[in-house]
Amino acid sequence: MSARGELPTWVDVGLIPLINLVLALLISGLVVVIIGENPFQALGIMLHGALGSLKGWSYMFYYATNFIFTGLAVAVAFHAGLFNIGGDGQAYVAGLGAATPGLILGGALAAILPAGISQPITLFVALMGSILFGAFWAFVPGYLQAKRGSHIVITTIMFNFIASSLMVYLINNVFRPITSMAVESKAINDAYILNFREIGRLIGMKLPSSPLNPVVFLAFIAAFIIWYLLWRTKLGYELRAVGANSEAAIYAGIKPSRIIMIAMAISGGLAGLVAFNEILGVQHRLLLDFVGGAGFVGIAVALMGRSHPLGIVLSALLFGLLYQGGTELSFAIQSISRDMIVVIQGLVILFMGALEDAFRPSLTALFFKVEE
Amino acid sequence: MTPAIELIGIDKRFGAVHANNDVSLSIAKSSIHGIIGENGAGKSTLMSILFGFYAADKGEIKVQGKTVKVNSSTDAIALGIGMVHQHFMLVDPFTVLENVILGAEGGALIGPALAKARAELKRLADEYELDVDPDAIVGELPVGLQQRVEILKALYKGADVLILDEPTGVLTPDEADHLFRILQQLRNQGKTVILITHKLREIMAITDHVSVMRRGEMVATKETAKTSLEELAELMVGRRVLMHVEKGAAHPGEVVLDVKNLVWRDRKGTPRVDGVSFQVRKGEIVGIAGVSGNGQSELLDVITGIAKATSGTVLFEGEDITDLNDPSILRRRGMAHVPEDRQHRGLITSFSAAESAILGWQNDAGLGRSYHLNRNAVIERCRKQMEEFDVRPADPLLKSSKFSGGNQQKLILAREIGSNPDLLIVGQPTRGVDIGAIEFIHKRLIHLRDMGKAILLVSVELDEIRSLSDRILVMFAGRVMGERGPDADERELGLLMAGVVKDAA
Amino acid sequence: MDLSIFLEILSSTMRMSVPLILACLAGLWSERSGIVDIGLEGKMLAGAFAAAAAASYFQSPWMGLFFAIIISLLMSLVHGYASITQRGNQVVSGVAINMLAAGLTVVIGNSWYKQGGRTPALDDLTRFMPIDFPGRASLFSIPVFGPISKIFLDHSILTYLAFAMVPLSAWALAKTRFGLRLRAVGENPHAVDTAGISVARLRYQAVIIAGILCGIAGTYLSTSLSAGFVRDMTAGRGYLALTALIFSNWRAWPALYACLLFGFLQAIANFLQGVHFFGLEIPVQFFNALPYVMTVILLAGFIGKSVPPRASGIPYTKDR
Repeated sequence: MSARGELPTWVDVGLIPLINLVLALLISGLVVVIIGENPFQALGIMLHGALGSLKGWSYMFYYATNFIFTGLAVAVAFHAGLFNIGGDGQAYVAGLGAATPGLILGGALAAILPAGISQPITLFVALMGSILFGAFWAFVPGYLQAKRGSHIVITTIMFNFIASSLMVYLINNVFRPITSMAVESKAINDAYILNFREIGRLIGMKLPSSPLNPVVFLAFIAAFIIWYLLWRTKLGYELRAVGANSEAAIYAGIKPSRIIMIAMAISGGLAGLVAFNEILGVQHRLLLDFVGGAGFVGIAVALMGRSHPLGIVLSALLFGLLYQGGTELSFAIQSISRDMIVVIQGLVILFMGALEDAFRPSLTALFFKVEE
Repeated sequence: MTPAIELIGIDKRFGAVHANNDVSLSIAKSSIHGIIGENGAGKSTLMSILFGFYAADKGEIKVQGKTVKVNSSTDAIALGIGMVHQHFMLVDPFTVLENVILGAEGGALIGPALAKARAELKRLADEYELDVDPDAIVGELPVGLQQRVEILKALYKGADVLILDEPTGVLTPDEADHLFRILQQLRNQGKTVILITHKLREIMAITDHVSVMRRGEMVATKETAKTSLEELAELMVGRRVLMHVEKGAAHPGEVVLDVKNLVWRDRKGTPRVDGVSFQVRKGEIVGIAGVSGNGQSELLDVITGIAKATSGTVLFEGEDITDLNDPSILRRRGMAHVPEDRQHRGLITSFSAAESAILGWQNDAGLGRSYHLNRNAVIERCRKQMEEFDVRPADPLLKSSKFSGGNQQKLILAREIGSNPDLLIVGQPTRGVDIGAIEFIHKRLIHLRDMGKAILLVSVELDEIRSLSDRILVMFAGRVMGERGPDADERELGLLMAGVVKDAA
Repeated sequence: MDLSIFLEILSSTMRMSVPLILACLAGLWSERSGIVDIGLEGKMLAGAFAAAAAASYFQSPWMGLFFAIIISLLMSLVHGYASITQRGNQVVSGVAINMLAAGLTVVIGNSWYKQGGRTPALDDLTRFMPIDFPGRASLFSIPVFGPISKIFLDHSILTYLAFAMVPLSAWALAKTRFGLRLRAVGENPHAVDTAGISVARLRYQAVIIAGILCGIAGTYLSTSLSAGFVRDMTAGRGYLALTALIFSNWRAWPALYACLLFGFLQAIANFLQGVHFFGLEIPVQFFNALPYVMTVILLAGFIGKSVPPRASGIPYTKDR
């Protein structure tokens, strides 16, 4: 008994995102045409680059790992009615929490404990550090919104820039070995996460080289935990209630200011996991701009995935595909830059986020016409 | 003499609601014409049509005898019609002058218009007692003066006909008196004033003619001098068949809710609840009658811990809960609350029925241990409530927005009554609810009373109040005007609701 | 710190402030009408690219300016369509605009010029150069007075245009019918609508002005401050302008001061690797972060108060 004018769920979560994606790809294709290349050939190269080899798949999942984290981060905030643009800054600052244990604790523990014990401890501390530092960098804007009325969008933007300056300073002046010219910390050698290629080598399997590492499982686990949090806990219920209707939430005895701070902390913690993946799983050192805009990709991922963890995993994989395919594409066709993905990302955000309802009316009309 | 305004056969529907049904009205030049009616009688819709905010489905508008088309407020303004909305249409950070010239700047630069408006305002101030400092920032003015700015805006734009929608709702008595003097001056100078109100006193005090609307229809137009408060009250309320609710005598027990001298002021400092005192006992239903917007909503918010009292006390089962301000604690102590606005508060329309059915009770131990929310328990609870309250369709997973108003309301009642509270606070239990559901809801409330629970009922439906309550309080302008028994005369209650206390002695 | 460096910093402050002032005024016009504009950065970036590309192609900075304005305007209209006509989320739309610009400029630049997103270097004839007036060289060589006058006189026409926009904007907002209505629509669109004025039309006009100003800002970046476009050359200036806007409480003259202050901080950061202050070294990043830190503190209401136009960010619907 769906009321007239309301679309069935499959249209809402399936068809509309699909149409938006197709539209974004069409316009991107148009850009490809404008720069004088064949869009179908380009699409073919992209798909082949990501799906045509195990290496392509590995990279796709590697990119998706970060995007799942940031997509979830944006989604948790969305569910509480907040727009966290600060994922980049939160992940960046979380780099401190990720790197410091490995740099300091790792060596100290390794000296007194066997590697089998010292490494897991160090990694666990680094994991907590990533989450806590990311959470803190989001909690402060949450606090300022909840208690001082500062607008979360503006504050998180400000915090991105503050994070950037702070990290440049710290990496340059604190983490960089005095003798080194490169602006990065010394390598974390005592405790890091082996990537799949290295793990494969240990067990005698030959895997393609890629940065993909077991943190990808953590991403799937995080998606499950967030799903559980949102739909199977009392806190998740309260969080969604505040986002859906804060007046009703107040009626229900829920304090929106408390929920805002909690939601932002969770959101920042998730973004912080990008640092865990990048620093301990990939780079093994703290370096400049290791986040690489993943926080902003998270906005597109969350919008595309309709803020549902399953949708986010799927759309993160899609963006992983685009990133990997786009990289291959830029190798194959020199005139198409990898930044093509950023264009697609922008278009997805525009269509899914800002023009969400642009063709909903006509789609609704069409849908009911067909049904009648 | 040609009437200033003629409305002929105006018809307007909003979906299923017939807001104006073949309404005709003629308003004489240089007169004050009142339009009265209960909430939802169609007064505001009619005036919005005249002012070009809505297009009528059918009907004709004549201004000064000429048929006109009013497609927008621009047209209305050009025809010499001005409107003072219930919610002021002012730009708060602007000065009075800037507000006045907005839309009538007369050129690309505003300098000349400001100078002209300054002179004009001075003239109007002298002529109509409409003095306001032209350089004051509007947002910093008290509401009475803001309203004056609205009137000045209309007059500056050359309004001959001035519509005022519930103008005294936000005014103090002194400010209201001043407004009436202004309106009389305006009429004496040849302007026509249309006054929309539900306050009979005002109608009797200053109008020349009065039209009564009821349920979208124009019921009567009278010369004010030749009618009486009683007649108008009756026309407004209508002779309705009293809904019959089976109920025995009440057996009030001990006091559950004790409200003493409660005051709540809004951000501007206006007291919206103004020294209210009453008690509710076990085994009785206390009804609060009144036209909406007279402080009932605010009263409920303060009692249920949503809003903070300015002064006074609220005792619940003997304990002072005035400064508790925590709806969840109150709920756990046995105070259930069916809010007035079910769409915006009572449930979350984007949630499933099962999720809406635990709103406010989400931390119940029965719904899962510690942090966990057991989905099956949530659905099961909802299924039981749906069965007991006959909610249709009985599908706990259906989105809350997809239930009819009556079924949404039953869902909320089931949730609140289902918790077996000592006190049930219920606002507008049957607003927008079909007849069948009304009957059902009424029976449940009586049943709850007979189980010895205390019930505080707020409703703008006088019938409902009369058929359910054991005692009736009437609220007007934030105050309790009086208490009556369930068999009180309908007309008398109508007068109290319009702010008229007969037995002032 | 010797005097010549100080004068250099002041001169640089002027140059650094120009794009900030233009973008900040763009934000001012847009937001005073009630349309939040996170997309200043993207519009400026697209403008900078268009300016460099067109200036190089047509061998004329003026053609560069023209195309920068056209491109920036188009992006503004996309934002306007999403925000005004479709009543979409203005912040999301702005974020999208920024990404589109960041991506498209590099994709197209790379395909056209194959220099990693750069445009060909512009020579002096195709740039907006400091205005050459008679006696310029001899004026600047006068001791003391020369270097000081150089701070103010050694600039291109765009600089003076930017500075002239401040009083012009302040005047237009305060004294014209258009300004009055625009301010009103950002505070209470219902009041404007009942006065018989089209809310959408006003807001589109505001968004168009924002587009034009961002186009000029972009032109300045790639044809005056630098000699060509490089990827991400706005480097957060759009956001910094937004910060200045908040800092100025959405008013034109204070916006100028905020932009000069922020430009000064940028100039310091560029010229010095750090400042010694009573023996304490203040790192250069401190100056980069300072505007944002100050704004966070301001927004939180710890010092003064910053109140955005009341209706900003809220799509207008007729029914209340």
